[in-house]
Amino acid sequence: MVSAMHMSDGLVNAPTSLLFGAIAIVGMALCLWRARTDLDDRTAPMAGLVTAFVFAVQMINFPILPGASGHLLGGALVAILVGPYVGAVCIGIVLLVQALLFADGGLTALGMNVTNMALIGTFVGYGVAVLLRGLARRGRGGLLVVAFTAAFANTVVASLGFVLEYAIGGAGGASLGTVFTLMVGLHALIGIGEGVITAATVGAVAAVRPDLVHLLRGTGPTLVRKEATA
Amino acid sequence: MRRFWIGFALVALLVAGGLSYFASPDPDGLDTVALNGCTETDAGLQGTCIAQHATEHHTSASPLADYSVFGGHGTVGPAGIIGVLVVLVLAGGLFRLLRRRAPRG
Repeated sequence: MVSAMHMSDGLVNAPTSLLFGAIAIVGMALCLWRARTDLDDRTAPMAGLVTAFVFAVQMINFPILPGASGHLLGGALVAILVGPYVGAVCIGIVLLVQALLFADGGLTALGMNVTNMALIGTFVGYGVAVLLRGLARRGRGGLLVVAFTAAFANTVVASLGFVLEYAIGGAGGASLGTVFTLMVGLHALIGIGEGVITAATVGAVAAVRPDLVHLLRGTGPTLVRKEATA
Repeated sequence: MRRFWIGFALVALLVAGGLSYFASPDPDGLDTVALNGCTETDAGLQGTCIAQHATEHHTSASPLADYSVFGGHGTVGPAGIIGVLVVLVLAGGLFRLLRRRAPRG
């Protein structure tokens, strides 16, 4: 059995859920708007497949400690492959389908799950990847290191999203200090798994279709041609 | 190009339909934090923890709830395959609608 993977309803009070619901709606709308410039006849099917792939891999909980597991969040993975705006929409779609069809992640918690994983996770992953882009362009080893690092960062920072939401309107049951320590500690371990999966996936795509890796674009003739037709 | 798309889709289907049987059943990072301080017993959660505040899921009556097909034992694979196909249609359709059309002629 695949265990529930995202925030349930009731962990945070209603005003906080509403606040993050609004943040998620505005963020997703902006991403949908900006995504259009990154989507063409080649990248649109890629984005659809990447979304399905993230849904599939999120089902695979891997053990991190006795009695505890983790799973891919996918922010850096999608950001590197299809860019941050399209990528955030990819994760948003995954979370929506999981909440509506699979009873995974509460409906009132959807705004927080989207904020943490689709917005924070994707943009942190992208930010780290862009900072290290020079290394990623240097070759296969560099790209794998960048993918791993971006994914590790996206996991740990996304987990801080929950700490923030709990700090603002947590329902109680644990002290904020305990929540912070446990969330960051566990997600540092999960981040290693996230890094390995992300590096393996990005490496595999780059090996057969480097032109489909968003992070590597903007070098060589591809960019010149694109800009000429834009 | 077509071979790459088909290969990518097959990997997603194999992961969701097959590898999912080997997924760890233990709570994930967030659930572990939410359950910290409680022990799970037949009478429910004993102790003090965040998860005690969790409410019943609104779509827990969904035929695919908890990654099963109608709650059937050992149906995580089919549930995963349905999920991949649903996501593929939804995301593929949305991104196709949003894409910039290549100029004709």
